[in-house]
Amino acid sequence: MAHLTAKPPVRRSLPQGAARRAVGRNLTAYGFLCGALICFAFFSWYPMVREVVLSFQENNFVDPAKWVGFDNFRTVIEDPAFRAAWLNTAAFSGLALVVGYAIPFVLAVVLNELRHARGYLRFVVYLPVMLPPAVGVLLFKWFYDPGAGLFNQILDGFGIPPLSWLDSSSTALISLVLVSTWMNLGTGTLIYLAALQSIPGELYESAELDGAGLFRRVRHVTIPQTKLILLVMLMLQVVATMQVFIEPYLLTGGGPENATVTVAYLMYQYAFNFGDFGAGGALGLMLMVVLMVFSTIYLRVARDNEGGR
Amino acid sequence: MRKTSHRRALGLLLVAGLGLTAASCGSGDEDKPAAQGSGDGTAPVTITVGCQPPKSNPKERSGWDEDVAAFQKLHPNITIQSKDAFPCINPDTFQAKLAGGTQEDVFYVYYTDVQKIIKARQAADISQYIGDVKALKDIRADVQSVFKEGDKSYGLPRNNYNMGLVYNRKLFTQAGLNPDSPPKTWAEVQEAAKKIAGLGAGYTGFGEYSAGNTGGWHFAASLYARGGSMVSDDGKSAAFNSSEGKAVLENLKKMRWDDNSMGTKQLLQWEDLMRMMGSGKLGMMIGAPDVVQSVNNDFQGKFEDYGVTAVPESEGKSSLSGGDGYMFNPKATPEKIKAGLLWLEFHELTPGKGQFNYERAKAQGRPVGLPIPDLYGDSAPGKEITALRKQFATVPVDHFTPYVSAQAGITNKLEPPKAQELYAVLDVAMSAVLTRKDADIDKLLSDAEGKANKILGRAS
Repeated sequence: MAHLTAKPPVRRSLPQGAARRAVGRNLTAYGFLCGALICFAFFSWYPMVREVVLSFQENNFVDPAKWVGFDNFRTVIEDPAFRAAWLNTAAFSGLALVVGYAIPFVLAVVLNELRHARGYLRFVVYLPVMLPPAVGVLLFKWFYDPGAGLFNQILDGFGIPPLSWLDSSSTALISLVLVSTWMNLGTGTLIYLAALQSIPGELYESAELDGAGLFRRVRHVTIPQTKLILLVMLMLQVVATMQVFIEPYLLTGGGPENATVTVAYLMYQYAFNFGDFGAGGALGLMLMVVLMVFSTIYLRVARDNEGGR
Repeated sequence: MRKTSHRRALGLLLVAGLGLTAASCGSGDEDKPAAQGSGDGTAPVTITVGCQPPKSNPKERSGWDEDVAAFQKLHPNITIQSKDAFPCINPDTFQAKLAGGTQEDVFYVYYTDVQKIIKARQAADISQYIGDVKALKDIRADVQSVFKEGDKSYGLPRNNYNMGLVYNRKLFTQAGLNPDSPPKTWAEVQEAAKKIAGLGAGYTGFGEYSAGNTGGWHFAASLYARGGSMVSDDGKSAAFNSSEGKAVLENLKKMRWDDNSMGTKQLLQWEDLMRMMGSGKLGMMIGAPDVVQSVNNDFQGKFEDYGVTAVPESEGKSSLSGGDGYMFNPKATPEKIKAGLLWLEFHELTPGKGQFNYERAKAQGRPVGLPIPDLYGDSAPGKEITALRKQFATVPVDHFTPYVSAQAGITNKLEPPKAQELYAVLDVAMSAVLTRKDADIDKLLSDAEGKANKILGRAS
């Protein structure tokens, strides 16, 4: 008996009928899985693979494509706007973190603390996300108008001289960051709010019993309890903001003086205005590699920190 | 149990639906030469043609459909499948349509993109068939040359014009200026712009582009009018860092910062100036008569409020030409190309027919009388078209007289090679002088020249 119990468990294959029943039981799940896989394959993986292939080809979509090695990469690297595009993209991403990362979290904490009109305010905060992005961006085009724009009217009300906003290379990029932050505020706030609501109330009660005020409760309960979400959101924000396109495309056309040319905007220029999909693909591949490296390092550091805690 | 079977059915349906979608995506038979005729000239052939007016423009659309019916009656073996779009070409989808096999057999194109398309071999060489187009001998050589590379031909023009100065006659009157005597020199433009800007807040004397590659495009227009060139004769190096190029930027800098007549909002793109012109608050801009058409049709302007004259100081010099036309899908069979040429000759090149059917346009209440397209110059069909235009005019033709009378002394000049890339480079200089008071014009031009030389030196 002892001998039998000590024997390592043997994984036995299910009888054929049982296997069929198991597949039948999970058919719905397989159906949905296949649906998702086909969608991803068509709209994400295939375009990614195609982009990688295109970046090493000269392709006019008529004749057979010609392999050109790294020529497309050389073309974009030698582009006078290449350096500006990367610097602007990094600066946009950095400024978006400074301006846009903390605001949704603070808003979520405030909303979570409110006793009244929480539903209404949640709706108000989420409203910009429901606007089509182009509409939101064009709304800001009017806000930023140096003459009759809303922002300069407000400044004027306080006796502050008007700003050039989009028309100055020193303020154009930060103006785009403000648009982006406003448009994406709702999603971040809702995600943080969901995370905050999953924190057990007892933790706050204990902290209050220990005499902790609002700031200490946020520091010692809220932040540690939502750390995982905060870390994931940080990564997602960097990945999203590095791909910024619609704001410079609709508001500044990359100007003034290339101050708002971004990598994604330059990619668009190559592919659609210059008709060079190879060079556009090369830029896209560079951006993808940079973001993959960033995500890998970030996740590893975050995991190590979690492990060492 | 019932719920489970429903879910299972839903899952299967989802997979089947996506599977079918996937299968249908790959089942295109666009390129198969089936049913395209045997080449004897009478066998049935079907061609797809782009730029049918959209449903939102019912008058022009019904005119197009009438023309298709009339053409098919004349050529019973040819079937025209019209494809509507507004605007007629979208650079964002051009490559995708070509890659996906949905590009029309006879596709619409702007002059700006023609050479790029020829270089990329994305249009069919129609040299051996174009001789059948009888109108060809009368088309202006400079206009037809847009669609040529060396001896080879790749398309036919539909519209042609060159850049002038579009101005708001109503604002001229309000500002105490004579709308029948528009500015002839840049000094006069500056004076007029100051007076118009002085009408009050929100009024802009002179508007100019500086973003989305449109700034570079208008730099080229002003440069040509001053006698300058964008590139050297061999097209291998930039030539805009010249006294003419400097004068273009200095003029803008003066109007923007010294005269304060260009408004505070810059980084304007095509639609911005159209909207400003339509709103009646913009005095002048560089543009061709087609600007007036767009402002009237799509931006709430009224034909009678606008006039067009030649670009200042362009006497005896050049003006940037613009326009559009049709090219052929590189996969089109010879039968399709021949049928397409017959259609284009019928609809785009025959006085009194198709786009030149001014009698019908007048009956439909559409504007007639703009001095474009100018495809034939002074040749017999050109004179016939001008006479028809006068006969059926519905807009005040004398508002375009200064532009028309200047044409005899102006040479049309084509856009430079790698136009979009060069325009993108020059957007920087244009946006700099319009947004920065201390912009160093010499440095801007020198930087732009270096960048342009790199672009022009690159193998295409």
